[in-house]
Amino acid sequence: MGRGWSKTVFSSVDNVSLEIRRGETLGLVGESGSGKSTLGRCLLKLIDWDSGDVQYQGLSLKTLRGRDLRRIRPKIQMIFQDPMACLNPRLSVRAMLEEPIMVHRLATTYRECRQRVESLADLVGLRPDQLDRYPHEFSGGQRQRIGIARAVACQPDFIVCDEPVSSLDVSIQAQILNLLKDVQTRLGITYLFISHDLRVVQYMSHQIAVMYLGKIVETAKSTDFFASPQHPYSQMLLRSVPDVDRKTEWGDGNFGEPPELSRLPRGCSFHPRCAIAQPRCLIEVPRLEPSTTEPNSHASCFFPGRR
Amino acid sequence: MSLNIDSLKVSLKTSRGKIFPVDEISFAVNPGKLVALVGESGCGKTVSALSILRLIPPTVAQIESGHVLWKGKDIASMTALELCSLRGREIGMIFQEPMSALNPVMKIGRQIDENLKVHFPQMSVTDRRRRVVEWLAKVGISDPDSRYENFPHQLSGGMRQRVMIAMAMVCEPELLIADEPTTSLDVSLQAQIMVLLAELQKSMGLGVLLITHDLGMVRQVADEVVVMYAGKVVERASTTDLFNSPLHPYTRKLAGSLPRLYLEKGATIPALEGIDGTVPDFLSLTGGCRFAGRCSLRKPECELSEPVLEQKTLYHEVSCFEVPRVG
Repeated sequence: MGRGWSKTVFSSVDNVSLEIRRGETLGLVGESGSGKSTLGRCLLKLIDWDSGDVQYQGLSLKTLRGRDLRRIRPKIQMIFQDPMACLNPRLSVRAMLEEPIMVHRLATTYRECRQRVESLADLVGLRPDQLDRYPHEFSGGQRQRIGIARAVACQPDFIVCDEPVSSLDVSIQAQILNLLKDVQTRLGITYLFISHDLRVVQYMSHQIAVMYLGKIVETAKSTDFFASPQHPYSQMLLRSVPDVDRKTEWGDGNFGEPPELSRLPRGCSFHPRCAIAQPRCLIEVPRLEPSTTEPNSHASCFFPGRR
Repeated sequence: MSLNIDSLKVSLKTSRGKIFPVDEISFAVNPGKLVALVGESGCGKTVSALSILRLIPPTVAQIESGHVLWKGKDIASMTALELCSLRGREIGMIFQEPMSALNPVMKIGRQIDENLKVHFPQMSVTDRRRRVVEWLAKVGISDPDSRYENFPHQLSGGMRQRVMIAMAMVCEPELLIADEPTTSLDVSLQAQIMVLLAELQKSMGLGVLLITHDLGMVRQVADEVVVMYAGKVVERASTTDLFNSPLHPYTRKLAGSLPRLYLEKGATIPALEGIDGTVPDFLSLTGGCRFAGRCSLRKPECELSEPVLEQKTLYHEVSCFEVPRVG
């Protein structure tokens, strides 16, 4: 089995490609309904899409079927938001972790499989005696640990983390974020980290992509993004974050709400909420291009970097 | 003084025995002030809020000792009729999950109207409708007249939360209890909802008790912060004091486990600390400091007796043996 994923390429609606470097994290942010989770699920081929392609090791996921697809499945895994909803309540943790190893024949003997399960438990911080318990016996944070162990069980190259900490308390959230980082450095896994909390995204990501109404409106290095967000939507998201270190200027607090996907405005789809919208924005649709003020960032705005 | 909670202790019957999720807590919410009640889940925040309105059935929960005083009157001794005129009329409440708190088969206008109907029986139908529409507009719902006829599933998450606020506010209460009002919402919506609450608080002199675990949100809106841990108040301070000098190890760890935003170019992002372990089981409390099991400053004496809330500065109280006396 080759080691792929030096680059992950997929297209959003506008034929814009995103790349995630191996062993790094791409943080995907946006409000609910922006299509973050849908995009994440496309990468696992959990849902089919109309046009465009997702490639893994040069193989097109769109046309892959049967045995070829099954061979790739273990390499791309997912961690879900609600760990209670994604764990089978009738399986013990051990059974849940053994299943992917057996299905994908990653162990030759049962003894080896058991050892693998125990080392997985150790990796995510579960005690061996907890392996024979059932999901309802665990707290939310521990359930998320089980979810991580299960995703890692079949030695993936790539994990889609879909809001993995947004249902957890802050104290537990920090533990899980640190665990995810630890797993990444130890196993060299690439993450697509989906979240609406920019504080969490900054902590986790090397690259940032901002999504609005199904389109990528900005991509940037994490360091550039937080220092100088280019798209007005990114600036708005950053402004609304309640940070502990400073009192945020919310003004009249009128950030508006995204329109429904069925009733998209003409021109730039962000213009009804945009403070710097010009007549041009009402007619033309901007493309994702290198920003004039921040050369390493890409933004789909006619006036990037302006506040 | 409008709401005064004075060493309130609440017992809860569970299958494994009696527990005290709220154990002698005291704080007050004055008109025009926003008090934030902070802590992890399982610390007794919601039970405290529900006991203020006596919303937990007496077969399950009992006020063991202490008082909840509303304008000097103890709610424990109120009759059912008095409670009715308190709930919704003088004290409004916003619940955590707007989707499960709203009736799915009733138009949102009528759900808001229900409150008015009960508390202002002499008001005419047209007046009530005008008032409901007025409040829908006030909480920022566009086209309120036609939204009146919508069912909850036709609204977005942010709008549902606005409806919840309109419902709690339509009788113009003096105190609002908001239990995690923004937890399930997007950041841009969180900001909008909080700005709305802050506006109401200022323009109407509304007292707000905000229950949350997000210290970032607390920093933005609160006047005073009450930190709860395992049923006890461990620290109480004005917002500026708390964020400038958090004293209790729990408060510090809670602040340390929250990711911060770094807006400078090339900022190095330090690792998050997190808090190891979990909130202790109420049935296995040993009598020492409740945070001792997770505390890095733990001394032998912490296991032996429980620290009490002591005043450190004018607006700062903390219960910890290790905190050096300030001033």
